[in-house]
Amino acid sequence: MEKETCTFSYCQKPEVVEVETDLLLIGGGMACCGSAFEAARWATPKGLKVTLVDKAATDRSGAVAMGLSAINTYIGENKVEDYVAYVRGDLMGIIREDLVFDQGRHVDDSVHLFEEWGLPIWKKADDGFSLDGFQARDEGKAMLKDGGVPVRSGKWQIMINGESYKVVVAEAAKAALEFNRKATGVAQNHFERVFIVKLYKDANDPKRVAAAAGFSVRENKIYLFKAKAMINASGGAVNVFRPRSVAEGQGRAWYPVWNSGSGFALGMQVGAELTMMENRFVPARFKDGYGPVGAWFLFFKAKATNALGEDYCTGENFEETKKLYSPYAEKMGTAIRNHMMMMDMKKGKGPILMNTHLAMAELATKMDAKRIKHLEAEAWEDFLDMAIGQAGLWACKNVSPDKEPSEIMPTEPYLLGSHAGCAGFWCSGPGDIKGAPAEWSWGYNRMSTVKGLFMAGDVVGASGHKFSSGSHAEGRIAAKAAIALILDEPNFKPTIKATADEISAELYLPYEVFEKYKVYSTDPLINPFYIRPKMLQARLQKISDEYFGGCGTWYMTSKTMLDEGLKQLEVLKEDANKMGAANLHELMRCWENYHRILSVEAHARHILFREESRYPGYYYRGDHIAINDKDWKCFVNSRYDADTNTWELKKVPYVQIYK
Amino acid sequence: MPSFVITEKCDGCKAQDKTACQYICPNDLMALDRDKMKAWNQEPEQCWECYNCVKICPQQAIEVRAYQDFAPLGGNVIPLRGTDSIMWTVKFRNGSLKRFKFPIRLTAEGSIDPYTGKPEADFSKIKAPGFFNKPARTE
Repeated sequence: MEKETCTFSYCQKPEVVEVETDLLLIGGGMACCGSAFEAARWATPKGLKVTLVDKAATDRSGAVAMGLSAINTYIGENKVEDYVAYVRGDLMGIIREDLVFDQGRHVDDSVHLFEEWGLPIWKKADDGFSLDGFQARDEGKAMLKDGGVPVRSGKWQIMINGESYKVVVAEAAKAALEFNRKATGVAQNHFERVFIVKLYKDANDPKRVAAAAGFSVRENKIYLFKAKAMINASGGAVNVFRPRSVAEGQGRAWYPVWNSGSGFALGMQVGAELTMMENRFVPARFKDGYGPVGAWFLFFKAKATNALGEDYCTGENFEETKKLYSPYAEKMGTAIRNHMMMMDMKKGKGPILMNTHLAMAELATKMDAKRIKHLEAEAWEDFLDMAIGQAGLWACKNVSPDKEPSEIMPTEPYLLGSHAGCAGFWCSGPGDIKGAPAEWSWGYNRMSTVKGLFMAGDVVGASGHKFSSGSHAEGRIAAKAAIALILDEPNFKPTIKATADEISAELYLPYEVFEKYKVYSTDPLINPFYIRPKMLQARLQKISDEYFGGCGTWYMTSKTMLDEGLKQLEVLKEDANKMGAANLHELMRCWENYHRILSVEAHARHILFREESRYPGYYYRGDHIAINDKDWKCFVNSRYDADTNTWELKKVPYVQIYK
Repeated sequence: MPSFVITEKCDGCKAQDKTACQYICPNDLMALDRDKMKAWNQEPEQCWECYNCVKICPQQAIEVRAYQDFAPLGGNVIPLRGTDSIMWTVKFRNGSLKRFKFPIRLTAEGSIDPYTGKPEADFSKIKAPGFFNKPARTE
């Protein structure tokens, strides 16, 4: 088929706004809010400009937009080394321990700042029960930094009243940006509703990033940001596999539905090296509403069983699992527990149940009526803070958690690097960690293999389990390092080969294509000349699900299935040249889905390269069903060359640094 | 649970400089029909039910109706977000109600002053671990 081009013969040519800055922050979630706070302090006395660009409104953007009921990483009284061991165990033995240790030694300061800024954190009462943020304040409980005792729901997690968690963190970030803006005298350094589509390499140094281009989703404007360094923290990839929901419930993804793989795609398109993109996360959550189970398991001590009341992680299931996945089976990480849950589901022993009623009954034996009421409120707050729809679903189904169990279910797969997953980019480490190979640090902490392009949050590979607080801290780590690079090379002037006209034509192509052909058919939805973003996404999800191990095949794939799926994905990539967008909202959806395609391709190619089943319960290679530590206890790294549309994959040795 | 807009209550935020729901939706779902001056959810199957449009609407014109591909009719969850706390009303299909109130923040909105009382950055430490205000933990 002939390729489409955009000459603005049909759609209106946008205005191009060029912004020159020193440090560009791409994304407005926890990581970039951390970056803004740290960067502005280092940049401002040196007269350096910091700019943040967010595709949504920063008060409520990113993965914490709804709120959270817990902060999952707070080291506190624990040892950082133990945190590294826990992350390694849950991620099946392969993590960058230098990065994870670095997280651990920094993260608590971010939590202390959140509390200082007004986030209510639960505290332990003198009698051992819990106090919410108001009660703790009224009883004069100390802040965490002054020795206040948080309410631990697990070894690493603390409970919060987190409805406005993101609003509070964003307020500090916006104030920091404003501090920098005033001092540097620029007109604007915080751009909302601007969606970044593509990064550009420097014209004089092809190994360095120089610019980022995107468009406003509100007006006909293209934005071209030129920067000496950038932090990419634009999230993981959601709705890349066919979701379990069949219609409007598809929006109720477990991870935020607006995480469209941009974080991966932006780096891939300039050739940044990826690591562990074969990793994915398949959380077991309350069925359909995808409400959190962490507090139920850890805080209320509820147990999950099959429908016959049996613990699916014992007996025959456990013996079978050990044969394939020892010594990881014995660690009972999230993937392994998923695996054994699925064993029972396949035997028809479902539905799998979270026995909320038994847990509540047990706790009630230790409490009076007032405390039970408080406990009930805590259970509901867990949903209302971060998965309101789950509360709604229980209301619609007349569920009383104290009287009956609720069903849990493994979801569709997600790609991410900050929660319990570790897909992302190969990043430079801090450099001062004893035992870390020298080649793991190339000068600037969290910089990718593309000079000037730093990563944070969901897109830093092989270092999961940082969650909200760790992402904020990582954004700060990356920001400080990026400022160091900018100061080291004051004479670097970012320049790019592409002209503003070429960039506009590329970004607005789906608009042009739609306008060119829309009158051909009486219904613009059905037209042979273009593919609308919704259908592009549907085709991607069907390919992923059927060939790359989605729910449809019980997460099973193999070389032959991956080969076929990748063939079909290649054609889908070709068809992306014929995306059609009727308005700016759809233009964003087109490019979001293109980012999803690239993320999935990386995922599939990594699974194909790694000839073992490293993450049972998340995905299986049917042709290599076991874990094979002898050949595969290593990182898998890859690089995509966008110019030639080719891939290089390789093994990188794993090094264990801590016990 | 896609959000929906109650026709009678929505005034298109005509008294504001921008439409609140359109401004806040993290997924760019809320759109404004300028002829009718009414907002609507243009892509309900991409709604995460984060309730940010519901919480921000000055007219309380937005509610959420459960995803009908898995939820029975009749339940709903209504927030009322204040400056320091949030009230929730959960209505069950069988008509029973639950009400909760939770803290949301302990400082006044807009009061965060990020750097007052914090040290200046020490550029001799820019390549060492730690943040401008705090060294990294050592153990």
